[in-house]
Amino acid sequence: MHVVVIGAGEVGTSIAASLASDHEVVVVDVDPDRAEQLKYELDVLTIGGDGTTSEIQTAADVGRADMVIACTDDDQTNLVACGTAKTLGDGFTIARVKSTDFLRTWEGNEGAFGVDFMVCTDLLTAENIVRVIGLPAAVDVDPFAGGLVQMAEFEIAADSPVAGQTVSEADRFESLTFVGLFRDGEMIIPRGDTDIGVGDRAVVIGSPESVQSFATDVAPETTPDRADEIVVVGGSEIGYQTARLLEERDFKPRLIEQDPDRARWLAENLPNTVVMEHDATDTEFLTREHVDEADIVVTALRSDEKNLLISVLAKRLGVDRVIAVVDSPDYVTVFEEIGIDIAINPRTVTAEEITRFTYESVAENIAVLENDQAEVLELELTEGCGLVGRPISEIVAESDVRFVIGAITRNHELVTPRGDTVLQAGDHVILLVESDSVNDIASMA
Amino acid sequence: MLSYTGTIVKILSASMAVPLVVGLIYGEDALAFAVSMTIAVALGAGMERLHDDPDLGPRDALAVVSLAWFAAAVVGAIPYVIAGHGTASALGHPVNALFESMSGFTTTGATATAEISFERHSHAVLMWRQLTQWLGGMGIIVLMVAILPQLAVNGAELMKSEAPGPGLQKLTPRIAETARALWLIYMGFTAALVAILFLLGLTGLAPEMDLYNAIAHGFSTLPTGGFSPQAESIAAFSPIAQWVFVPFMVIAGVNFALFWFLLRDEPRRMFDNTEFRVYLGLVTGFAAVLAIGLFYGGAPATEIGGITQGITENALRQGIFQVASLMNSTGFATADFAQWDTQTRFFLLFVMFVGGSAGSTGGGIKVIRWLIVAKALYRELYTTANPEVVRPVRLGGEVVDEDVIRGIMAFTLLYFLLFALAAVFIEIDTSRAAGVTLSGTEAFAASLATIGNIGPGLGPLGPFGSYELLPDTSKILMIGLMWIGRLEIVPVLALFVAGFDDR
Repeated sequence: MHVVVIGAGEVGTSIAASLASDHEVVVVDVDPDRAEQLKYELDVLTIGGDGTTSEIQTAADVGRADMVIACTDDDQTNLVACGTAKTLGDGFTIARVKSTDFLRTWEGNEGAFGVDFMVCTDLLTAENIVRVIGLPAAVDVDPFAGGLVQMAEFEIAADSPVAGQTVSEADRFESLTFVGLFRDGEMIIPRGDTDIGVGDRAVVIGSPESVQSFATDVAPETTPDRADEIVVVGGSEIGYQTARLLEERDFKPRLIEQDPDRARWLAENLPNTVVMEHDATDTEFLTREHVDEADIVVTALRSDEKNLLISVLAKRLGVDRVIAVVDSPDYVTVFEEIGIDIAINPRTVTAEEITRFTYESVAENIAVLENDQAEVLELELTEGCGLVGRPISEIVAESDVRFVIGAITRNHELVTPRGDTVLQAGDHVILLVESDSVNDIASMA
Repeated sequence: MLSYTGTIVKILSASMAVPLVVGLIYGEDALAFAVSMTIAVALGAGMERLHDDPDLGPRDALAVVSLAWFAAAVVGAIPYVIAGHGTASALGHPVNALFESMSGFTTTGATATAEISFERHSHAVLMWRQLTQWLGGMGIIVLMVAILPQLAVNGAELMKSEAPGPGLQKLTPRIAETARALWLIYMGFTAALVAILFLLGLTGLAPEMDLYNAIAHGFSTLPTGGFSPQAESIAAFSPIAQWVFVPFMVIAGVNFALFWFLLRDEPRRMFDNTEFRVYLGLVTGFAAVLAIGLFYGGAPATEIGGITQGITENALRQGIFQVASLMNSTGFATADFAQWDTQTRFFLLFVMFVGGSAGSTGGGIKVIRWLIVAKALYRELYTTANPEVVRPVRLGGEVVDEDVIRGIMAFTLLYFLLFALAAVFIEIDTSRAAGVTLSGTEAFAASLATIGNIGPGLGPLGPFGSYELLPDTSKILMIGLMWIGRLEIVPVLALFVAGFDDR
C-alpha cells in the first residue's frame, strides 16, 4: 500500500513507524526540520510543507495513495487535508479530530469533509478509561461500530453467580447476545439450554450498557456498581466524555473542575454527575469531600504535572484504583512505576486505533479470541451480497459455517438480532466465527 | 406609544357591536351601546393620530401593554356608566363601572354590583361583562398582534409583557401566526363549550341553559373569568351542566401552546410537559382532598350547594368544581363556600395561591413558578451544605437559566409583598369606612382574589356576594391590583421605575 501520513507529531510518527515495514509510507510535516529528522529515524519518505495544499499533496503522490492519514494536532487542518486528498484521488482518508462535534457531523453523513474514517482522540480515550473502569473482570474487551457495540470475554470464576446457570438464564438482557463459550480450549456455539461451567470463557456482544450489566452478574465482586464512588478530576473534554459515558452506564460520578464557567457548562450537560467547582490540588478539600474513600479516581486535568500530583495524592489517601490521563507518552512508564494503576496516553490510543484500522481490509474491525480459534468480525453489508434481504434464521440454517451474529447496527443505531431479523444493505454486522471460516463469511458480505 | 394604544382602543370598541346587537334583540340599552361605541371609537381614533415612534424598544413595549390594558378598562366602563346612569344599578357610578370593566378584562370576575339580575341590568350590559372577559382571556395584545399587521414587527416584545408565566413560547416563525393559532384554539374550545351547553338546554338536561346563557358562559369559562349573568353563578344550572364546566375550566388553566403541539400531532410534547403533569396532578389531588373533606362534613348545609356530608355525588361535584374553578382563578361557584368551615375555607385559600399554567388564561403565581421556586430553594439548601457543588436547576430535563430563576424569585416576592401590603390596606380602609367590615382573613382573601384575578373572596365578598359596598379607596386599589396582577406585576412596576429613571 502507498500510505501518506500528514503530521509528524507523536501520533503520526508512531503510525508511520508501525506501517513502515510492510508499506510504502510518505510523511508530510509543516516543519521541514522535523521532516528532515524523521527521514533518518524511519525508513520512510519525508516531505516538509503544508499538507493541506494540493502542491505538497501532489508531491507526496496522494493521487496514487491507497490511504491518507491526517493526524496533526489541529482538527481543521486534518479535515482540510482529507478534503484536498479527495480532489486528487480516491485513497481511503482517515482524520484525527479532538472535537466530538465534528465526529457527530461525520457520523450523520459518512464522507462528510471528505473523511472516510474519523478517529476522535478525546472520545476514544474516554471510552478506553470507561472500559478500564467498568470491566476489570473481562479477559478481553473490544469496541465495534464506533463504540455502539462492545464485545467482551469473561472467565467464569467458581464464585460467580452465573456458574451453573444455562445460557438463557444468564442472558437476561435485551440488547445482549451470548455468542460463544470456550470450554477446555474448545469452542461451543451456545444454545439456550447450554450450561455455563466454572472455568468456561463466555463471549458476549451487545450495547456497552448491557455488557456492563452482564459483567456485574458475572463478577459482582470486582465489577464496580452504582454504589461505587468514582471521582473524575478535571473537566477537560476527556473528563467530560468520561463522565458522560459513565452516566450512560448508570454510574453517578463526581467531577471536579476549577473554572466556574466550565463547571457550570459541565453541570448543565451532565445531569447525573455531581460537579464540584474547586481546585483539585487542595488536599484539605479532597479529604473534606471524602475523595480518599473513593473507589476509583480518574485524573483528566490539562497538565501532566497536576495529574501526577493528584494521582499520587489520591493513592496516598488510599484510593483503590487511580487512572491517569498522561499527555506526554514519555511519562506513561513513570506514572505506572510510581504506583498509578493505569496511565492512558491519548496519542498512543489514537495511533493504535488508526494503525489497527489500517491492518483490516474487508472486515472493518476484528478481534481474535482464544489463540485464534475464533474471531469477532464487523462486516459492512453491501448491496446484493449473499446476506442481504434474508432473515438470520434462514442464513444460519443454510450455511455450513459455524457463526453467531451478536449485534447489528443500522444508521448508527443498535438492532438486536433475532431469528426473524432481515439484514439490509449498509448494516454493520458484528459476528463471531471460527477462524477457519473467516474467509467464507467475509466473502459473503 | 399612545398611537398604538389608540389603535387598540379603536378595535376593541368595535366589539361593542355584540352587546349592541343583543340590545337590539331584547329592545334594551341599544342606544347606550351605540353612544358608548361612538365615544370609544372617537377616543381611539383621536389617540391614534398622535405622533409615535414606530419602533418600540423594550420599555415602550411595557408602556404600550400596560397603557392598552388600562385604556381597555376605561373604555369598557363607558357603557356601564351610560346604561346605569339614573337607574338603581350600582354600575352607574364611575368607580364601580371601572372596577367591573377592569375585573372583566383581567378575567378576575369580582363584581361591583350586589344585584345581578335581568330586572336590574339589561341583557346587553350583562353580555358585555361576559364579552370583556373573553377578550381579556387570551390577551388583548395577542388578539391585536393576530389581526393588526403593523404590530407584527414588535409583536414578540409586546406579547412577552402580556403572556402569563415566564417567557413567551413562539410556535411559528411569524409571531402573528402564533397569536392567530392561540386565538383559534381558544375560539375552538369556546365554541365547543357553547355548543355542548346549548345542546344540554335543548335536550332538557339543563332547562335553564338557553342560547343566551350558553354563549354568556362560553365567554367566561375559557378565559378563567368567572362572570355569570346568573345571580347564582353555575349553581343556577343542573348538576350535569355543572359537570360539563369542569373539564373546560381545567383546560383553561393549561398552556394553550400545548394544544398546538397536540394539533400538530406531537402529543408527547404535551403529555411529557412537566408543568402540565404537575398541574393535572395538583387539580386531581386538591379536588380529592376537598371532596373527602366535604363528604365528612367539611361544610354545613348551605342554601346554594346543598348538603355534601355523606352524599357522594354532591361532595365530589362541589369538591372538584370549586378546585377546578379557584386554582386557576376562574371564580365560578356551585356552592357558597364563603359559608363553609374554617378548614375548608382555608384549604380553598391555599388552592388559590397556586394559579394555572404559564401560557394559559389563568392568573395567580402559576405552577411553573412554584416548581422552579421549590427547586431553586432546594438548590440553595443543598449548596449551603455542599458549597463546591455546581448544580443547575432542571425542569423536565431542561436547564433553567439563572436569569429566569432570578426573575421568578423577584416576581414571587413582589407578588407576596403586594398581596400582603394590599391586604393590610384593605383591612384598615374597610374598618375606617362604613359599608362592610372584613375580618383579617377576609381582607387577605380579597387582596388575593384581586391580584390573582380569581374573583370571589370570602365573607361578604364570597361567590354570591359583591364588592359593591367596599369604600371607593379600596375599590380603586383593587382596580390597580387586578391590572398589575393580569400583567404579572413586573411590566407595570418596571414602567414606573423607568419613569423615575428619566428624571
